[in-house]
Amino acid sequence: MKAARLSVIAGVAVVGLALAGCTGGGSGGSGGGDASANLTSKGPITYVQGKDNSNVVRPLVDKWNAAHPDEKVTFKEQSDQADQQHDDLVQHFQAKDSGYDVVDVDVVWTGEFAAKGWLQPLTGDLKMDNSALLAPTVKSGTYNGTQYAAPQTSDGGILYYRKDLVPTPPKTWDEMLKDCDIAKAKGIGCYAGQFAKYEGLTVNVAEAINTNGGTIVGDDGKTVTVDSSEANAGLTRLTDGFKNGQIPAEAITYQEEQGRQAFEAGKLLFLRNWPYVYNLAKTDGSSTVKDTFGIAPLPGVTADKPGVSSLGGHNAAISVYSKHKATAFAFLKFLQSEETQKFFVTQGSLAPVLSSLYDDASLNTQLPYLSTLKTSIENAVPRPVSPFYPAITKAVQDNSYAALKGDKSVDQALKDMAAAIKTASAG
Amino acid sequence: MSTSNVVAPPGTQNPKSPQLRAGVKKNRRQQGRWALYLILPTLVLLAVVIGYPVVSAIIMSFQKDAGLDPATGLFVQGGFAGFQNYAHWLFQQCAGPNGESITCPPGNLGSQFWNAVFVTFFFTVTTVVLETVLGMWFAFIMNRTFRGRGLVRAAILVPWAIPTAVTAKLWYFIFSVAGIANAVLGAHILWTSDEWASRFAVIIADTWKTTPFMALLILAGLQIIPEEVYEAAKVDGATTWQRFWRVTMPLVKPALLVAVLFRVLDALRIYDLPAILTGGGGGTGNATTTLSILVVDQIRQGFNSASALSTITFILIFLVAFIFVRFLGTNVVRTQEAQQKGAK
Repeated sequence: MKAARLSVIAGVAVVGLALAGCTGGGSGGSGGGDASANLTSKGPITYVQGKDNSNVVRPLVDKWNAAHPDEKVTFKEQSDQADQQHDDLVQHFQAKDSGYDVVDVDVVWTGEFAAKGWLQPLTGDLKMDNSALLAPTVKSGTYNGTQYAAPQTSDGGILYYRKDLVPTPPKTWDEMLKDCDIAKAKGIGCYAGQFAKYEGLTVNVAEAINTNGGTIVGDDGKTVTVDSSEANAGLTRLTDGFKNGQIPAEAITYQEEQGRQAFEAGKLLFLRNWPYVYNLAKTDGSSTVKDTFGIAPLPGVTADKPGVSSLGGHNAAISVYSKHKATAFAFLKFLQSEETQKFFVTQGSLAPVLSSLYDDASLNTQLPYLSTLKTSIENAVPRPVSPFYPAITKAVQDNSYAALKGDKSVDQALKDMAAAIKTASAG
Repeated sequence: MSTSNVVAPPGTQNPKSPQLRAGVKKNRRQQGRWALYLILPTLVLLAVVIGYPVVSAIIMSFQKDAGLDPATGLFVQGGFAGFQNYAHWLFQQCAGPNGESITCPPGNLGSQFWNAVFVTFFFTVTTVVLETVLGMWFAFIMNRTFRGRGLVRAAILVPWAIPTAVTAKLWYFIFSVAGIANAVLGAHILWTSDEWASRFAVIIADTWKTTPFMALLILAGLQIIPEEVYEAAKVDGATTWQRFWRVTMPLVKPALLVAVLFRVLDALRIYDLPAILTGGGGGTGNATTTLSILVVDQIRQGFNSASALSTITFILIFLVAFIFVRFLGTNVVRTQEAQQKGAK
């Protein structure tokens, strides 16, 4: 009997141990590879990227391989979940895997990977020519004054509006709020962005703060600057919007898709979203605004300067453990070439990083949102390029969410935000 | 105890000769060695898949997370942390700007620990109680003989057959602002955003999904109760209520307790359902953040601190399981034995 009881306890213990073991994770720590090794070596490489939804990578890789039979690129496709892509990269870097030569990194991972010493600094022989690129995209690949990642695709927020109700789009936030009377008269919501508690909230709050001239952290990705009066004014715009009903209460649950659906159903006058909405709102069977919506740059504080968008998109970086860095470098340049960039935007609707493509007449007829998007990206500010980005975005989300819901004053929210970011970078 | 008296003490009446006795002894020892060899692969496997991760997680939990070298902007190893990571979670101690210890500000994961403990235990208690009551009811229905019983059994089992991630997404659509839940109720509830609405959303979805599991295990317990017992009780004039409390409950209790234990352990480490349904949000942003969600959040910010948190979580779950087995589980074993004796 005693043995039976013991075995039950032992069984439970084993199960418990197994559960806890699952959450252990890998080991952190530092120590990158040798950034001066294999710089001129050529040979086959592997390109790692998340799921290739619009089938753009394979044709490109085939094209490259046809031209470079001795330096073939193998495409390693990851899952379509950003978190899983991130963790997959971390695991391979920790294992010092030389099989991941060129990796596609989300703009917000650059700081973390660079500070871990996993990315090859793009200096010396590997210096990229950035003159033809939109400047903010380069900034998103730069940490601590050194470029670690080459911009590959970009993205910026734009303002969707109902041109049947508002003939000229508002240039400033105040003008937009005035137009809210129209929405009120029509019985629809006025403005919405992405305000659910996830990465999109950080994007929207950063935009509000940056538009008013504030910042979240300094250029070193560490010094906290969010407790400024500019940041306060920015966040206050959003909290007032919720308080006064200009932003409908349900927008606190919106991610990109819910906002798009509300806009397509005719329930919103203004919507901040990414360019992908454009084609859907034009073609969706359920869209009631097919011919009655227009696009404009995000509203600013004053009429002469549009609002500041957060930057989306991906950068390509060379692993410090790569054995064929010269080939990897050539592949980065290939990804930025005009031909490739054009293919990205026509085939995959991925916003180019080359400035000139936005002025291409034939592209503009095909994708009428390009000129608006260019304004957006030119004025964009990347989210903080910081090794502590996960802690920063958490601090921003938690505290701004509380402020938007009215559980916390803007002053208190920014104070807590600053304190939380400080503790992360002090750790 | 009975198998270990290999050699009888000298002087007692033993018919075997010394040589024979030595042979037996050798045989036994060989057998023992063989047994060891046979279980060795299992032990090695357990050490690799369970022992190593747990020990390494505990070792990591005493290391500081990597910090930045101000000169290069690169990460450097944090070094030995002592109990700092544990104090971070248990007492909300964070590093201040000058390295001193301050209370973790909101927005830092450390400040959410006790909230996560509350949420986890709240979910556990409410869902397990609901699932037990409903599961029992379902089991009684499925235990009856009536036309269409197969159909009812299959229908009740459907939610359990759906993967949790799909369940969560399904309820996510139901609970969206423009979803069915609000349409049916004629209400305008922000299910994934309001503090208590979001908690109830998780509880409703979890109950919907896991009640069939409870019902199945309880049904298994019900089916071993012989019909004669009920007949005897009826003959003795027991009312339906008395039959339930005096006959059914004691006999179904062992199966019920095992089912409850499984569910409690399961509920204490709940992750996927709230993570997908609400993203751990609601209220001021953390109304449905369970301990497991907190661990995963922390992994992205620092492995070593996450190891400390997962060790704390493990100890908490272990304590609950231990209390269960100690105070109720003993009962499980005894009643089963008693039942077996009674049946033979």
